[in-house]
Amino acid sequence: MPDKEKNIMDEIAEANKSAVAGIDEKDIEHWVTISILGRKYRVPAGLTIIQAMEFAGYRFIRSCGCRAGFCGACTTVYRIEGDYRLKTAMACQTRVEDGMYLTQIPFTPALRVDYDINKLQPNLEAMLQNYPEILKCLGCNTCTKACPQDIDVMEYIATGKRGDIAQMAELSFDCIQCGLCAIRCPAELAQYNYAQLARRLHGKYQNAIPEHLRKRLKELDEKKFDKDFEKLLSANLDELRKLYKERDLEGGD
Amino acid sequence: MAELKFIGGYPEYMRRLIDIVNQTRPRRKDYMPKSMTMEERQEVLKLHPDFAPGGKRPISLGPNKGDIAPNEVADLLEAYPLITGDEIDLSRPDFSVDLLIIGGGLAGTTAAIWTQDNGVPKENILLVNKLRHGDSNSMMAEGGTQAADREIDSPTRHYLDALGGGHFTNKPDVLRALVEDAPFIMEWLCKLGAMIDREKDGSFVEKSGGGTSRNRMHACRDYTGMEELRVIRDEFRSREIPYLEYFPVIEFLVDENRVTGAVLYNLETGEYKVIQAKATILATGGFGRLHIRGFPTTNHYGATADGVVIAYRAGAKLRDTDTVQYHPTGAAYPQQIIGLLLTEKLRSMGAQPVNIDGEAFVFPLEPRDVEMATFIRECYVREKGIITPTGMRGVWLDTPLIDVKNGEGTIERAFPGMLRMFKRFNIDMRKDPVLVFPTLHYQNGGVETDPWGKTNLEGLWVAGEVSGGVHGKNRLMGNSTLDCMVFGRRTGLSVAEHLKSNKKFGRLTLEHLKRYVGMLSEAGIKTERKAPILLPDYRGKAVLARRIDIF
Repeated sequence: MPDKEKNIMDEIAEANKSAVAGIDEKDIEHWVTISILGRKYRVPAGLTIIQAMEFAGYRFIRSCGCRAGFCGACTTVYRIEGDYRLKTAMACQTRVEDGMYLTQIPFTPALRVDYDINKLQPNLEAMLQNYPEILKCLGCNTCTKACPQDIDVMEYIATGKRGDIAQMAELSFDCIQCGLCAIRCPAELAQYNYAQLARRLHGKYQNAIPEHLRKRLKELDEKKFDKDFEKLLSANLDELRKLYKERDLEGGD
Repeated sequence: MAELKFIGGYPEYMRRLIDIVNQTRPRRKDYMPKSMTMEERQEVLKLHPDFAPGGKRPISLGPNKGDIAPNEVADLLEAYPLITGDEIDLSRPDFSVDLLIIGGGLAGTTAAIWTQDNGVPKENILLVNKLRHGDSNSMMAEGGTQAADREIDSPTRHYLDALGGGHFTNKPDVLRALVEDAPFIMEWLCKLGAMIDREKDGSFVEKSGGGTSRNRMHACRDYTGMEELRVIRDEFRSREIPYLEYFPVIEFLVDENRVTGAVLYNLETGEYKVIQAKATILATGGFGRLHIRGFPTTNHYGATADGVVIAYRAGAKLRDTDTVQYHPTGAAYPQQIIGLLLTEKLRSMGAQPVNIDGEAFVFPLEPRDVEMATFIRECYVREKGIITPTGMRGVWLDTPLIDVKNGEGTIERAFPGMLRMFKRFNIDMRKDPVLVFPTLHYQNGGVETDPWGKTNLEGLWVAGEVSGGVHGKNRLMGNSTLDCMVFGRRTGLSVAEHLKSNKKFGRLTLEHLKRYVGMLSEAGIKTERKAPILLPDYRGKAVLARRIDIF
């Protein structure tokens, strides 16, 4: 029996191999040609840009972070052969295409202002005091087209210009702060930093601390649970197991 | 070979299997498999990678000699340092600070803020990052943060849930600190301006998670860790607390039993820097990129156990090194996203694990280790898994049930990140199930601490995933982001207090490296291995085979 379980582990490791140990050429059936910083490489079709660059021999220091679309490290600009348009993407979330000319942008030198959130209010003034240049938006929509998260960046900038902090916060929520909007903006805005300010203003001032939380904090202050904790901490393993087993589940059976 | 024909992101043969899932959905809507008995759990856990034979061995040297650890971890502990020590000039430190923080995820960033709030001037703090400030597993946490802050819930209940989930191996006083501080952390997040999901009446939206007996999972859509961290990092930056990026720590400096600083390495230029510090907080996160037992991982690129390696060499005690947390629902298809996390919240909100016959085969919210072992059994013992074009096996996670149970538009509102990820590969998770298989998720054990993050080494505190004890041998969903913020704050407070009466720097030495190398040879370890590894290596085999190192 134990052998069986060990064999299963080996089977799993074998099945997962391509995802954890780099790709073996002999397993590849379809290939594409991409250009990394102007040099052409033949890479397996179906890989993400990050995986393809690694296959080609690159080991990342910059331009690679969470590898899952959350961190904005692998900002990429590319063009497809025969097309004049520049496209943008996250390298960890985008499949390579034949004829892709790509480069990565590891850092965005965009302005971010320091502020004391406690001294601001959720209004237009807070936005303009820190980022007056927001008014320079040309309304060209380049930022929205550049956003790998499909956020309507131009629209949230418009709400910011009106001082509608709540709407700006909601519309920008999924921002991963990759900086592509700022890199492409002809008005030289740093949209994602304005959105960060808006979200904090909204979170702090337009959402009160819930009553149930206040109540619990007061109870903790009054040491309401101390006795119960003493009991739990001095209980033996059997007692703890019993208590655990007997818990009622919320909405459960 | 003819190319596979794809329909809605899936090859034809998988599409036909999805039809079966669609057919059984109406009758599964109101059906919930029973949760397992303790005995049933024990039986299925034999298929958990922690319990299946092989894959682990006793650590052969150091403070935890004889303790069991995964081979991949033992390999790093039984490896030579990157430096001998002789090549480093310790006579002129590049930085002299009160507090050195290593790692800028949720724990490290939180620690910096609380240290400053408690009287340590910002110039005397330095936060160093291996990659960018914020590149961390925290950033990727999707599901939520636990806090017992409702009338029908209590911190003691939170304690009991976490203790049972951890198989009663958690360190009691540390766990108590976690659950008792949780409501306070939620208040802190509100004050900083984090956008936590709210009900119409302004109370928090709170959901259940695997192993919780009350709904206490607070989320920020499915970007919980990202929202928490970007808000805390924004506060950190506004305070202008100094930080460095692309500067991993490769060794501690040690004066007998005290950590007195560290050696940093510039990843781009190869230059080293010496830091002397009166106190050090280690918050380097976990080890997913070691791919324990060949599993894919949810973890970020830098999760390579560096912190555990250098702390162990300096003499820090570890605990619970024998268990690894696998998340039941990693993506198994398409190839590009294998291993990426599909949050447990999907199951909290009604998504059901389903086999090739369209049957719901397990209670969706068993503790993570039990749930994942059940998936392995379904795929590899009962042979009821679905095989992908690359040969991986997985089970369906029937995501369309979420909208069926909660109303259309729920997925779009609650899981924008996930919906977007699958859409990029032409899969619509509102209409079709997604394929899942367990993925390496969390380092349960780590450097042992007390409730204030203190270790057995003077001058060294730990916080977050690199620490061990609070979760015992298995962590519950929603307790990791909480862990980072609770113990980030606690270490910050503890360091600030410590600095009031400990104003001297210690001696800067790397003597411990010679000692460690001696122990390696005493233990008879013959190896070329060096650690910490800093980053994983996924380069193509053909390129590596022809690579020459001349420049």
